[in-house]
Amino acid sequence: MFNVFIQVVRQDLLAAFRHQSAILNPIWFFIIVVTLFPLGLGTDPTLLSRIAPGVIWVAALLAALLSFERLFKDDYIDGSLEQMMLSPYPLAWLVSAKVLAHWLLTSLPILIISPLLAIFLSLQIDAFYALSLTLLIGTPILSLLGAIGVALTVGLRKGGILLSLIMLPLSIPILIFSTMAVEAAASGQDYLGFVLLLAAMLVGAITLAPFAIAAALRVSIS
Amino acid sequence: MLKWLHPYAKAEHSYALAGKLMPWFLILTIPSFLVGIVWGLAFAPADYQQGDSFRIIYIHVPAAMMAMAAYSTMAIAAFVGLVWQVRLAEMAVAATAPIGAVYTFIALFTGAAWGKPMWGAWWVWDARLTSELILLFVYMGIIALYNAFSDKVLAGRAASILTLVGVINLPIIHFSVVWWNTLHQGATITKFEQPSIATEMLIPLLMMIFSFATFLGFMILYRFRNELLQREQHRAWVVKLVQAKQRG
Amino acid sequence: MLECKDLTCVREQRVLFKQLNLIVKPGEILHIEGPNGVGKSSLLALLTGLSSAYSGDVYWQQQKITAQRETYYQDLLYLGHKSGVKAELTALENCQGFQRLYSSQTDVDLYDVLLKVGLVGYEDIPAAQLSAGQQRRIALARMYFTECKLWILDEPFTSLDKEAIKSLETCLIKHAQQGGIVVLTTHQALSIPEANYKKLFLTKATVEEHYV
Repeated sequence: MFNVFIQVVRQDLLAAFRHQSAILNPIWFFIIVVTLFPLGLGTDPTLLSRIAPGVIWVAALLAALLSFERLFKDDYIDGSLEQMMLSPYPLAWLVSAKVLAHWLLTSLPILIISPLLAIFLSLQIDAFYALSLTLLIGTPILSLLGAIGVALTVGLRKGGILLSLIMLPLSIPILIFSTMAVEAAASGQDYLGFVLLLAAMLVGAITLAPFAIAAALRVSIS
Repeated sequence: MLKWLHPYAKAEHSYALAGKLMPWFLILTIPSFLVGIVWGLAFAPADYQQGDSFRIIYIHVPAAMMAMAAYSTMAIAAFVGLVWQVRLAEMAVAATAPIGAVYTFIALFTGAAWGKPMWGAWWVWDARLTSELILLFVYMGIIALYNAFSDKVLAGRAASILTLVGVINLPIIHFSVVWWNTLHQGATITKFEQPSIATEMLIPLLMMIFSFATFLGFMILYRFRNELLQREQHRAWVVKLVQAKQRG
Repeated sequence: MLECKDLTCVREQRVLFKQLNLIVKPGEILHIEGPNGVGKSSLLALLTGLSSAYSGDVYWQQQKITAQRETYYQDLLYLGHKSGVKAELTALENCQGFQRLYSSQTDVDLYDVLLKVGLVGYEDIPAAQLSAGQQRRIALARMYFTECKLWILDEPFTSLDKEAIKSLETCLIKHAQQGGIVVLTTHQALSIPEANYKKLFLTKATVEEHYV
């Protein structure tokens, strides 16, 4: 059972590394969006550090949205999604592996380059720790939620915009809790409460989302 | 649950049942609405703080409540539909979503209109208004998803799944928005939460809530019947029905 | 034994077929024929459990497939219009994936299999760079190491050359002789011994069964 999980993750990573632009494009998108804010709002460091958590989170949300298409679309087109649904292993399990692979490919790089963007937006070190922590816990929730949306829309010809329409409202709590945590950290308050809330949401998402994704796939692929 | 009913008898039967129930809902709606609205707008005493502008609660509060009630209905129907594979319940989800969206829109619009005299601005990021706005987004997502599928059976199932995902998420959204609001706005008094309400104001409000609720029931049945006809257009009973209508 | 009872298929509010009954026993090859758009692929999708029927049920070994998905899928090999071959992975990697995710003989040397389907020399080239027929062969390679009893094949012969068609046919016959079941759609005339060869003609909205 665990071997199968590893196999799915490995296959997805391998395929992605042979097709590198697909990994790099969302990251560049993320960097460019963040860069636009100082250009549009001016370079006042106090303003920037105040809006930084919101900007970085919104940009991460949009970058994630862009990359979600790929989560099931390629597999849908070449038929391996269909095959995965006919595998003797539980679909929710296989789907979790795919979401993990997707998170490793898209959100982890964002996490890694976030120090750079924190410097861009004159974020203080305390706030930056909080931001990294919220990204670390928040992005997997985002991936799981997004996967439900992708699973629902993968069979549709024009699923792209619909995906953002159904997914963005659902990701509002993550945005709110994360930015509140960073703000609390920036003003020297305790932010552990927000992080724990996010962690609770992550646990909830990990337990429930795979079943929703599997059910949604069974609807989309038929 | 409904499995013992033969799938062919079910749709026709529900269509007839919904048709029989519909007029009763309408009979309950009309008098309570007329009495409630006249009483509320003309005879109930004015609020000592807000003057006459408070009267918008006779629309706003029932609409907001029904927006939630419609979503709860959808969530229950979606659950029944997915767990027991009852197609009719999934149709009910699809039938209810636009009604809920309209109620949400009314609540949002009246809330914003109320904000103008109260806060001096059409839009204030009040926790309730923001939650209602997000609820409207969720409704729109469900409707858009439903319309995107050309096969309506699949569309109903997809919409049901999204409804259930939403029902887990909505309390979290509401909670987070309230929290966000208290942190960002400091001590704004929420105008919608009256500590107590005079009886002369309360009775017409309850009547309006009742009439909105029965109208919600009426509209759900109405749209449910339409949905049924559209989906089952290939079935003999629909064809017969249409022929009978044309002759009569 | 694969069986379906009173299967009705409705797609986009349109009835494709009504109350279809079907039994396929071990050792049989069922060839589903019919004009385009009559619902052949939809029928196969129902048999695999990928889509659910408007009414009626599919049974595998006397049990509803929806009640025992994972057991059913241990016995099922399905090949659709889309081959399920990942374009970024090589022929060998694709085969390894199939071997690990579906019930397969684990002691098979995949190079031998690739030799049988004529892909030796191409084993380390990403599938995207191979021709349509070669990609199809990667998908068909599964049949040489699968342990599934039931094969459901949707147009397996598309984009194959004569030689590959011949060897696929042999493979199907061999599978049936070993007690397996094959259900397939194709517009190709098949030269399969009559003893275990059945045909099903699907026609518009009504279904007639002809057993040859």
